[in-house]
Amino acid sequence: MNIIPEKNYLTYPKGLKSWLFTLDHKRIGLMYLFAIMFFFLVGGIFALMIRLELFSPGKDIVSADTYNQLFTLHGAIMIFLFIIPSIPASLGNLILPLMLGAKDVAFPRLNLASWYIYVFGAMFAVYSMIAGAADTGWTFYTPYSIETNTAVISLTTGAFILGFSSIFTGLNFLVTIHKLRAPGMTWFKMPLFVWGLYATSIIQVVATPVLGITLLLLILERVAGIGIFNPALGGDPVLFQHFFWFYSHPAVYIMILPGMAIISELISVHSHKKIFGYKVIAYSSLAIAFISFLVWGHHMFVSGQSELAGMIFSFLTFFVGVPSGIKVFNWVATLYKGAVRFTTPMLYTFAFLILFSIGGLTGIFLGALSVDVHLHDTYFVVAHFHYTMMGGTVIAFFAGLHHWWPKIWGRMYNERIAKITAVLVFIGFNLTFIPQFIMGAHGMPRRYYDYLPQFQGMHELSTYGAYLLGFAFTIMAVYLIHSIFKGKPAGNNPWGGLTLEWQTTSPPDPHNFHEVPVWTHGPYDYDKIKVTPDLEKELETA
Amino acid sequence: MDVATDRPAYLAEHFTDAEQQKESAKLGMWVFLLTEILLFGGLFCAYAIYRAWYPDMFYNAHKHLDVVLGAVNTVVLILSSVTVALAIHAIQHNKRKQSIIFLTVTLLFAATFLVIKYFEYSHKIHLGMLPGKFYTYTGIEGTNPHIFFTIYFTMTGLHGLHVLAGMIVIGWVLIRTIKGHFNSEYYTPVENAGLYWHLVDMIWIYLFPLLYLVG
Repeated sequence: MNIIPEKNYLTYPKGLKSWLFTLDHKRIGLMYLFAIMFFFLVGGIFALMIRLELFSPGKDIVSADTYNQLFTLHGAIMIFLFIIPSIPASLGNLILPLMLGAKDVAFPRLNLASWYIYVFGAMFAVYSMIAGAADTGWTFYTPYSIETNTAVISLTTGAFILGFSSIFTGLNFLVTIHKLRAPGMTWFKMPLFVWGLYATSIIQVVATPVLGITLLLLILERVAGIGIFNPALGGDPVLFQHFFWFYSHPAVYIMILPGMAIISELISVHSHKKIFGYKVIAYSSLAIAFISFLVWGHHMFVSGQSELAGMIFSFLTFFVGVPSGIKVFNWVATLYKGAVRFTTPMLYTFAFLILFSIGGLTGIFLGALSVDVHLHDTYFVVAHFHYTMMGGTVIAFFAGLHHWWPKIWGRMYNERIAKITAVLVFIGFNLTFIPQFIMGAHGMPRRYYDYLPQFQGMHELSTYGAYLLGFAFTIMAVYLIHSIFKGKPAGNNPWGGLTLEWQTTSPPDPHNFHEVPVWTHGPYDYDKIKVTPDLEKELETA
Repeated sequence: MDVATDRPAYLAEHFTDAEQQKESAKLGMWVFLLTEILLFGGLFCAYAIYRAWYPDMFYNAHKHLDVVLGAVNTVVLILSSVTVALAIHAIQHNKRKQSIIFLTVTLLFAATFLVIKYFEYSHKIHLGMLPGKFYTYTGIEGTNPHIFFTIYFTMTGLHGLHVLAGMIVIGWVLIRTIKGHFNSEYYTPVENAGLYWHLVDMIWIYLFPLLYLVG
């Protein structure tokens, strides 16, 4: 019978103050989790409103101006407040030090500061919603973002502040991984989740300051008319695009690399099979981080950059697909002759493999110059982006959330309902976005309020899919919250993982481990070590 | 022997030993300096592009900057880098009083820099050599001279803010030195403040020739 330790990080110390001033990485991770899930809900509601408006041509529920604000807020909230902090700041904070066998991250106070900075930045974003939400799209392209009367300054100030939070998390993780690994854990004995977060942190630290200066200049442009991005004053609006994408393209790898990191972990644990090509997966994370800085120009094939630049960026874009492809092949090869368990985390992992592959391959279409001229600024781009970011990162996030949920709370959710929900998410997602690929290929432009009657059928399907997704996420919220209070104790190692977080109690002790753990084996040595998952032990005794 | 008594007061609970704590803090600082370089990197990039677009205007406009004041400020900052390095050297050898003196002198140099910058700025503002739409001066030939002052004010302005931030950090380290928090065993914050201050100086060393010595 599994029991929950009386003194764990959730119960000790007690009181609101002990949470608000906590330096415990697990509590900070949990506070991040609640914050990002709140904004996932807000961004999701905006998405559902957008889909409802697009159900039929012409006006359905909101005016054209409101519609522009809705898609701007949906994008800005989902990107800056949800998906960028999602995996690193919540699951990363919770699990990374445990995996390393450390007592905490290297700079616990900086960690807490990053959460407060996140909340502070979020307040600006929320304020901008009340004060006449921006209608520029989440990309804030000049010169329109200089001219519009909506609340661009408060939203960009919010994004600017959030950047610091992201940098602090990245900096903290880099130093933690370098300096706080358990005795015996050499670089190539680290779990792949750690490798993925390492690559992510590099991008966070290197790219985010460039977004910072870009947004600062945009704010100065609006406040003081400095002319740097304003063609009317001799400035260059395309320079804004270069600056913006120099951050924002690597930023999509800030979003996807942690997702890949989770999948690398889960695919091995839930098939009890040694990961195929450990070193190659680790190196490919670094390769993605490096190449991600050299492809930003593929967002500007039709913005008037030179043909030569277009060709180089197109080539490099194809090139960045290579390490991603390598990872997918390695994951699939890991499954071969493994003892695959069809657990909830594994179902999401399979969903990831399918959806991310579609998202990645359609990215290659868009990276091809002539094809992009046809497809750019259509729903094809929207669908591609959502297949990588939602089908990739968000699905991986939920895979990881279900995987580490019993470690975080010490309790299990109802697996049967969770599996049904996973299937609903998969169906709902495809129903939402496959029609968008088709519409896009037929020329339906993105961000349009109105459309030709010929697209109505596809838009209807997409809206149905979106509401199915919304329904599935509601069920997920219900069974997850229910499990916190009523779930069955999960045991220290419900899935039979070999990494260090499974060697401590569930939920972990406030100090993580009672004695300093020593790392004696590899993270996926299922060929050498036999381990029975606690959940399966329960079944056997029953 | 009780292990807990081995741990000095400055050693945070989650580190195994002082060495690990020191190395972590220094690595953290270097990574932070990297972010600073990329923050300024955007502006250096903008400088390169607009100088390539408007080479004649940049040449004409730069003549209106005061090379003497710029050069004096360069010397002031380089001297302040020397004094902060001496402060670290002093505390490494347990010479707390010396360290306090050198940190104070560093602060004075930093303040001197900002005062000189203030006089330069007010002169420009008085003549209407301002960024973007506020530019009213008429004496500079070439296309879009206001762009030069956009670059000038944003780059030196952001740098000035960093000087100010550096003064706060050095001031904080100074107070802690006076309180006796540091000695030859533990002086990481002094060293990290010094690292930050060197970066602030380095950026100015690039800004000075790029803005004041065009052509």
